[in-house]
Parts: sequence; structure tokens; C-alpha cells
Amino acid sequence: MRHIISVLLENEAGALSRVAGLFSARGYNIETLTVAPTEDASLSRMTIVTRGSDEVLEQITKQLNKLVDVVKVVDLSEAAHVERELMLIKVRATGKDREEMKRMADIFRGRIIDVTESTYVVELTGTSAKLDSFINALDAGLILETVRTGVSGIGRGDRILKV
Amino acid sequence: MMMTGAEIVIRCLQEEKVEHVFGYPGGSVLHIYDELFKQDQIKHILVRHEQAAVHAADAYSRSSRKVGVALVTSGPGVTNAVTGIATAYMDSVPMVVLCGQVPTYYIGQDAFQECDTVGITRPCVKHNFLVKDVKDLAITLKKAFHIATTGRPGPVVVDIPKDVTANKCEFEYPKAVQMRSYNPVVKGHLGQIKKAVQLLAEARRPVIYAGGGVVLSDAAEKLTLLARKLGFPVTNTLMGLGGYPATDKQNVGMLGMHGSYEANMTMHYADLILALGARFDDRVIGDPEHFAEEPRKIIHVDIDPSSISKRVKVDVPIVGNLFDVLDEMLKLLEDGFKADPAVADWWRQIEEWRGRDSLRYKQGQHIMPQYVVEKLYEVTGGDAFITSDVGQHQMFAAQYYKFDKPRRWINSGGLGTMGVGLPYAMGVRFANPDMPVACVTGEGSIQMCIQELSTCKQFELPIKIINLNNGMLGMVRQWQEMFYSKRYSQSYVTSLPDFVKLAESYGHVGMKIERPEDVEPALKKAFTEHKNDLVFMDFIIDPTANVFPMVAAGKGLTEMILAEGL
Repeated sequence: MRHIISVLLENEAGALSRVAGLFSARGYNIETLTVAPTEDASLSRMTIVTRGSDEVLEQITKQLNKLVDVVKVVDLSEAAHVERELMLIKVRATGKDREEMKRMADIFRGRIIDVTESTYVVELTGTSAKLDSFINALDAGLILETVRTGVSGIGRGDRILKV
Repeated sequence: MMMTGAEIVIRCLQEEKVEHVFGYPGGSVLHIYDELFKQDQIKHILVRHEQAAVHAADAYSRSSRKVGVALVTSGPGVTNAVTGIATAYMDSVPMVVLCGQVPTYYIGQDAFQECDTVGITRPCVKHNFLVKDVKDLAITLKKAFHIATTGRPGPVVVDIPKDVTANKCEFEYPKAVQMRSYNPVVKGHLGQIKKAVQLLAEARRPVIYAGGGVVLSDAAEKLTLLARKLGFPVTNTLMGLGGYPATDKQNVGMLGMHGSYEANMTMHYADLILALGARFDDRVIGDPEHFAEEPRKIIHVDIDPSSISKRVKVDVPIVGNLFDVLDEMLKLLEDGFKADPAVADWWRQIEEWRGRDSLRYKQGQHIMPQYVVEKLYEVTGGDAFITSDVGQHQMFAAQYYKFDKPRRWINSGGLGTMGVGLPYAMGVRFANPDMPVACVTGEGSIQMCIQELSTCKQFELPIKIINLNNGMLGMVRQWQEMFYSKRYSQSYVTSLPDFVKLAESYGHVGMKIERPEDVEPALKKAFTEHKNDLVFMDFIIDPTANVFPMVAAGKGLTEMILAEGL
């Protein structure tokens, strides 16, 4: 099962390596990991997408909570939430492909944020599945470069992760 | 008052009532050593290798309720200390390790004796800190002691760059420390405890499975009260020995890979396990799938939630400090407890298992290691502190020395670190200066920290080294005999030193004991005539002796191999 775990942790040097080290030492899987300070600069918020059985997930949350720098841990996927990932994708845009690329970006509600004679950079936001679909919808030979942020997620409604 | 970082370090240790620091000087910690020199409240124990400093601090902590403190220099000082830190971490020992570091402005430049201390130690500490500003030093040390001693205890490393120890700031030691990210649970959930008590009353084949947490939380007396009240059998893990009196009739002995027949059978066939500060690890329950075949209920009390439902599914988890949880349980049982009548039948079954006498052995022409430990138990009246190294001798000590009190049995259970025995004995002796201390070891393990004989001389530590010498890495040989068709790859130890002369060259007393009839007189002599000397007792034992019963790795708890003729 795929899970999205949100972690609030002290914004201290080395905090990221403690989390990353925990995952590698205990053989847990990380699909994506994003981290940045919150509105309170003393705290960082990390979103980790991982896969595992219920038992493994229980251990992951317990082990994360055990880290001294970790303030709070929530498995977002346990309840209603929204998730988004941002991708920048550079594609070849020449000849007839130039128009096709523009159309594809529009269909996926992407924005072209850099233009040269032969390339576009498309900015696309959505669930990871949507980004995957966009990649699949393009002619693989036209993709020059992609970069993805990994998933950020937040609970819906009154579900709030705060100190 | 303005102070240098080095002064602050010493003042903080004094504020924490630290009496002993085990360490080894070097470039990065010279300012701190200079301040140590100027005071006499804290005694520094100079070891001969940083690994031993950490082991000694670890045993100092295990054998008392004090926090062990070690002080090492940067780079190799730290890397040498890592084995000691990992050993303490695996056994949840509260400890603070202070490490020198190159000056902040050199960090990351591959400076002389630089290493990434925080990075190297991160996976084997409860927490670690790099102090970059002298203003953070006092609060960081306060946090280090707080974290090491609360919740599930563990070692905390504080990495202090040299310029931080030279810089000055205003010193004030914080009285308390608040950390929003660290609030360990103490009291167990009352509803869960009530549920547990209900299950205890319904159990027909119960067992109390008591681990190292009983010792760490000083809950031994509470456990004894509870066990007496319930009338249930108790089994101890290797780490839990002494947490419940070994000579008590309700004690069915140690369980696990080299547990007694009755302990393993009782554990496996119980319909209710009350697990206290134990973690169902591989050396205890063997194959978890085999273990899960038997239907049963499990109550698990542990201060660390991640220890619960890690290897076996638990029915009633209780997160809390064992001392407090047992106290709460006892309160609930104040009006009396009536066990299910079927428990009497269960005891009959257990007595039948006990009748197998699975620890029986024959003392023949050669000295048997079991015999040495039994005699050691008799000669010391069962009241000595026993440290051990790792291997066959460790298991013999665990099986045959009957520990009635907690904190008397000091060994590396989790990491299984060869070489701890002698430095452990040193740490024990500093924490318990009037008590007899024996280190049960083998000729393999003792050589891993043999240099500490020098420290023992410097501080006149009258440790008795019980060297069970079979000329073999005994446990390796045993596995090779049993599982590798007797291909004894690299398990024979040649070119052994003359341990008697070796001991004498360090200024100690050496004895070589080769005949069974000499075992007892030699031990008596060591503990009376040489009471105040370190005595290295080299027992030449039967090289074919094996540790039984044995649950082979990956096997089920009931699939025990018993000694021949049993």
C-alpha cells in the first residue's frame, strides 16, 4: 500500500539525514521525499511517500516518532487529503511537434514557462499519477529532461498538522 | 560569570553530579583536559584504548543508577569509541559521550584527526549533537543528560569543536529542559492496564517474560511482588537476568537460544504471555512464524512503542515506564488475585519439563566450563558482579551463575561485542568500589581489550578474570561442529600468550588451573588471599564442551537440541 507520511521536525542541521538514515537502516522504501521550513522557521515539514504493509507502516511511524528531532508524524493517506507534485519537463518543440506540445500542455493544464526556438519547458502540477500520464502521453523521443519535486500533501478540512 | 567552553563542560558535569569520566586525551580535547586538571571533584580514569573508555562508562551505568560518561578526542578517538557506543545503544544504556572535534572553521576540510562524528554515530546513538557555538554548550549538555536518562535510555554523543572549548560566554546551567519534540510516556494507559489484569485472571497457562527493561527501570522488586501475587512462572531474557531472583521456585530460568528446556517450553505453550521490557528478538523466540503457530494472547509493556508489535502481534500493548505500570497493576490487584484453577495443572506440566534437568553436565577428567561457573557462584556466595565477554563462556555464566539481584549481570546482549568483559569489570568496580567483580571470559574475547590490564594496575582494581580457555573460539567452533560438518575454519586460536606471565608483567597475579580438583581452591584463594589483587585465572577447560540446550538459528523455540544423554 502507498502511504503519504507528513512529518513535522525541528529545523536543525542533520534532521533530514536522521530521517533518511532511518529509512535506509531499517530497509524502508522511500518513493519521494520533500522537505522545507514551515511558516514557523524553527520547524520543517517533510512529506514522504512510501510503500509497505500495515505492519511496516506502523513501524515506520513509530520509528519516526522515536527520533528526538521529530515533533509530529501523520499518515495522511489514512483520511481525506490532497496531494500535489510539481514537474518541470523540457521537451523538443520543433516543426509540427511545436503545436502538438502546446496542445498537450493545455489539455493537462500545464504552463509553458520557457521557450526557445527548439524547446519548451512545461510546468505541470497535480497528483503523481497525472504527471505520469503526461509523460506517457508524450512521444518519449521528444522528452529532453524532467525534474519532479516529489509529493506534498495536506489533510482536508479540519485535519491540521501543527504544534 | 564568563567561562571558556572547556570550563563550562566541566561545570556541567559537576552540576550533573558526575563523579567519574572514562577517557583518553588528544589534540581536540586538550582544553577540556586542562580544566579537568584544575579540579578534583571529577575523577578521570585514563584507559588504554577509547573503546574501553566507552565500555567502562557503559558498565558503570549498568551496574549503578548513575550515568556513565566518556571523553574522547576527535577522529580516531571517536571511531574507536563507536563499538562501545553501539554496544550501549543496543542494550539501552544511559550514557553521555563527549567527543572532541576539529575547530568549527576546519570542519569539512579533511583536517588532521577530523571525522564526521555526528554522521558516523548517528545510527548507533539515541541522539547526538554538534555544538557550534559556546552559547549552546550548557543547554546541549543538559539536553544530553536528559535524553540519555529518560524514556528508553540510550547513549547520547556531544561533539565539541576545539574552538568552542576555547571561546567564552556567560555560564548558567539550566535547571530543567523542555523539548517539544521529546516527551517520553511514563504512565501506562489505565484502560489497557485494566484489560491486562482481566486477561491475567482468565489465563490458564500464563508466563511472565521479563527482559532488560525490568533492570533498566529498577522494577525488579515490583516484578517480584507481582509474580508472587499472581503465582505465575517467570522466565528472564539474557538481559533480564537478576530482574527476578534466579533461585526463586517460580523462576523457570533463562529462555531463548540457550534457554532452559522448561523456560522455552513454558514460553511457547503459554496461552498468555505478560511481556515486560522485552522485545521478542531472534535470540529469544527463534523463528517468529513457528512461534506464531501456537494461539495465545500477549500483553506487552514497554516504554518504547516501536518495540511493541515489531516481531510478534500483541493483543494488549501498554506503553509506559515498567516501574509505574507494574505499580499500577499491583494497585489493581490489591484486593487479591485469584488465578484460574487450570494454572495448577500448568505448573504440573512445567515441573515435568523442569524434571528433564536440561542444564545437566558431567564433570570428567578435564575441567568443564559449567563447573567453573558453578564454583564461582558458590565461592562468591552468589553476590558478586559478573561481567562477561561474548561466546560460550557468556552463556555458561548466564546459565550457571544464579543472579538474584538486578544490575549484577553485565554483558553485551544486543550487539554481542567481544572484548567488553574487562572494561566492563573496570566500570563496575568504579561504580561499586567495595564489591567483588569477576569477569568471565575466554582466551579469544579477553585478547580484544587485554591492554586494559594496565589501567587495572594504575587504579588497583582487584578484578578476578575467569578465563575459560579452550584454545578455541568456542561458540564459532560449536556452530562449525553442528552446522558446518566440523570444518573448523579459523576457530582454533594458536600462539596464545602465557596468561600467567602476561598478568605478572602488568603487575597482577596469574594462576593457571588445569585439574578439576584445583578449581575451587584456586577460586577461594583468589577471592580471599588475593582479595585486593587482580587475579588472572587461566582455566584450561575441556575444548569439546558445548552450550546446551540450543535452538539453532531460524528454528522454533521448542526445537531444542539437548545435551547428549538428555
